[in-house]
Amino acid sequence: METIQKKTLGERIVAAANAFGLPRMIIAGFLLVLFIAAPLVGVNFFTQITNTINRFSWNAVLVLAMVPMIHSGCGLNFGLPLGIISGLLGATLSIQFGFTGPMSFVMAVLIATPFAVIFGTGYGWLLNRIKGGEMMIATYVGFSSVSFMCMMWLLIPYTHPQMVWGYSGKGLRTTISLEGFYDKVLANFLKIEIGNLSIPVGTLLVFAFLAFLMWAFLHTKTGTAMTAVGSNPTFAKAAGVNVDKMRMLSVVMSTWLAAIGILIYEQGFGFIQLYMAPFNMALPAVSAILIGGASVNKASITNVIIGTFLFQGIVTMTPTVMNSMIQMDMSEVIRVIASNGMILYALTRKTEAAK
Amino acid sequence: MKNALLMEMRNIKKDFFGNRVLSDINITLREGEVLGLCGENGAGKSTLMKILFGMDVIRETGGYEGDILLRGEKVQFNTPFDALNAGIGMVHQEFSLIPGFTAAENIVLNREPQKKNVISEIFGDRLNTLDYNEITGRAEKAIEKMGFAIDKDMVISNMPVGHKQFTEIARELSKDQLKLLILDEPTAVLTEKEAEALLASVRSMSEKGIAVIFITHRLQEILAVCDTVVVMRDGVVVSEKPASESSVAEISKLMVGRSVGNAEKSVVTDKKVIKETDKTIMSVKRLWVDMPGETVRDVSIDIKEGEILGIGGLAGQGKLGIPNGIMGLYEAGGTIEFEGKEIPLNSPRRCLDSGIAFVSEDRRGVGLLLDESLEWNVAFPAMQINGKFLKKFGPMSWRDEKGIREVTERYIDELKIKCVGSKQKAKELSGGNQQKVCLAKAFALEPKFLFVSEPTRGIDVGAKALVLDALKRFNRESGVTVVMISSELEELRQTCDRVAIVSGGKIAGILPATAPSEDFGMLMVSMVK
Repeated sequence: METIQKKTLGERIVAAANAFGLPRMIIAGFLLVLFIAAPLVGVNFFTQITNTINRFSWNAVLVLAMVPMIHSGCGLNFGLPLGIISGLLGATLSIQFGFTGPMSFVMAVLIATPFAVIFGTGYGWLLNRIKGGEMMIATYVGFSSVSFMCMMWLLIPYTHPQMVWGYSGKGLRTTISLEGFYDKVLANFLKIEIGNLSIPVGTLLVFAFLAFLMWAFLHTKTGTAMTAVGSNPTFAKAAGVNVDKMRMLSVVMSTWLAAIGILIYEQGFGFIQLYMAPFNMALPAVSAILIGGASVNKASITNVIIGTFLFQGIVTMTPTVMNSMIQMDMSEVIRVIASNGMILYALTRKTEAAK
Repeated sequence: MKNALLMEMRNIKKDFFGNRVLSDINITLREGEVLGLCGENGAGKSTLMKILFGMDVIRETGGYEGDILLRGEKVQFNTPFDALNAGIGMVHQEFSLIPGFTAAENIVLNREPQKKNVISEIFGDRLNTLDYNEITGRAEKAIEKMGFAIDKDMVISNMPVGHKQFTEIARELSKDQLKLLILDEPTAVLTEKEAEALLASVRSMSEKGIAVIFITHRLQEILAVCDTVVVMRDGVVVSEKPASESSVAEISKLMVGRSVGNAEKSVVTDKKVIKETDKTIMSVKRLWVDMPGETVRDVSIDIKEGEILGIGGLAGQGKLGIPNGIMGLYEAGGTIEFEGKEIPLNSPRRCLDSGIAFVSEDRRGVGLLLDESLEWNVAFPAMQINGKFLKKFGPMSWRDEKGIREVTERYIDELKIKCVGSKQKAKELSGGNQQKVCLAKAFALEPKFLFVSEPTRGIDVGAKALVLDALKRFNRESGVTVVMISSELEELRQTCDRVAIVSGGKIAGILPATAPSEDFGMLMVSMVK
């Protein structure tokens, strides 16, 4: 063994900073400034914390959906809308079939699952034929599936009065309220409320459970093979792993998690959003996991948690704090800069992911 | 009558990162002389030519020592352009032609005759029109000089491969100042007839006073066309004499023979004698493999249980294709019988399941998960194939992190892998240590049969000895049959019981490792295509 040279304190700090990543530091610093500034400009601190945690709980599973495809080397899942559409089909069909209350959520999950598996299989088949260009193709799969469903939401013969347009009696509305169905079913379970602070324990538990399953999966034989496929497909092939099957499995997992993710998002938000709405879900999820320190080919559960928290923190904090400070709505601008800038940054460096 | 001295190399030395590849090379060349340069792969031929041609890689790796004299004047080429201006042309093994242009356009590329036009009068010479009549004329002249007719108007992409080679030569000949032409394995891609034509054109160039350095593995050609034969081995010139006084047998002996004393001694120790009647563990029949650059045409061989079989041969003759084809990494056909059962080709999984393991020659591409820890690299195949290092937990099988760490640490000790710990990333290790990790990976599979492809490529002497020793021990102690593929004949002779030589995609012969090296040398060049 060679002797390892002792590092000075300075070198260690530099090394630690490098490991954490400059963009993550900037964003974390910015969020910290927002938290400090909040009370100074007269915004209630606890309300802000509550909002951030809430939004975290809505979005975390959608970000988690990125993990399997990154591990199998399919890159960032810009085709997330495909999974979201499976979830939306589950949600609307569950209501259409007359389920209400918490049962409607369970049924939505059950109905969404076969759709996610079928769509994911087709999507995986496509990605296996264009190895190397996955992310570009995924983007277009997302775009075209959203546009296709814009037609289908009108054409599928839904009749439930709370979902269809009032005058014509057919075609789904753009926004469907979930009151009486599964509005906040998870969030209200074991909910903690202290003054202005409220924590949706149920939703967080569901995320924790799914994240644990993902972590556990990555520690199984199959999960290990999936990571190896992403790390070096030729190595995996030479070790007797069926590369295409692993990639397919990762795409199906990602699509299913996206379907579940959107259902969890809806129960927190209180509405089903159709038509062009799935379009805007992929980029925030992609940039959240990248802010969390993932790279195009490496991601961990920690990346998901840190990333979702930082990204959603910025999104919730900026409008209120900024508006109170400069009387101008900067939130959208900052969100767009942060999310797109992050994606751009990540795509230019395919190297190590941060811890 | 001897012509005037054209080029002289004096005491050329070159090392790559402390690894000496050329020492004290002295070569002289007269005008119109044809000099044949031969040697095994890695003997230093290409490096020497790169120095002469001023290739960037030489300067980037610290330049060279010694002098090159051109017509008695000392020259130093920093770029290939300097060499071109001094009248040196080179035809590389890989073509550098533009596929969509005609032969004539390629011949005069970047030296096109130009005409002034209205626009270029105003905006400068870069907008001159090309003088196509003149282009055709020059191309015709160059083709005539070459003495082999090719269609100057044919687009390169439509040409047979031999004609592309001739286009390259014509391009060099079209340069008026050309005094010395280097041909690096020009006949490797030619048919027999084309090769003859090329030799004729080399002779006609020589008559016109152009000196030619001719590098090839086909020794008959050298004897047929060259005035002088220079044989290199391990970075030194071992022989320089007139072709008329040399023979194929002598040259091939010079190419492979080492300092006979100690090498011969180590060859004879500890060898198993393999007889026809010994139990066959794997029987390969009529194997073909479509591996680019290493095509296997028709290989049949019986591998005996418990032996170490070496497979040698020159680069590009197909020796690497054999394990890659059998293991299913490249398209292959034929029949493979292992322990009496037929194994389907093109299915890595079935081979691995039968207990055959493979250490690839492409360490970084196939052999390692560069971004993962050593633990993963060592344990992964064993986990996937044998279900080792797994713990059952309900229906799930979990990675047994402790077991993985233990086995990795054991191999780190056994193979003396230099690293900071079993969690270190594979890409941070040196080449030799990466190779040891690849071996550890194969050992962890506990195979019955092991293919090892180029186990010592690109690693230093110390690591080499360790790797070879580990292989030998693995064979002798666990009784595992080992097939080792290597370009280095001496290494095969020292490690293996028998050595098969592949030439032209076929087995040229199998000899006991104790056979004299010139016999191997003869086999190597016997069927070169």
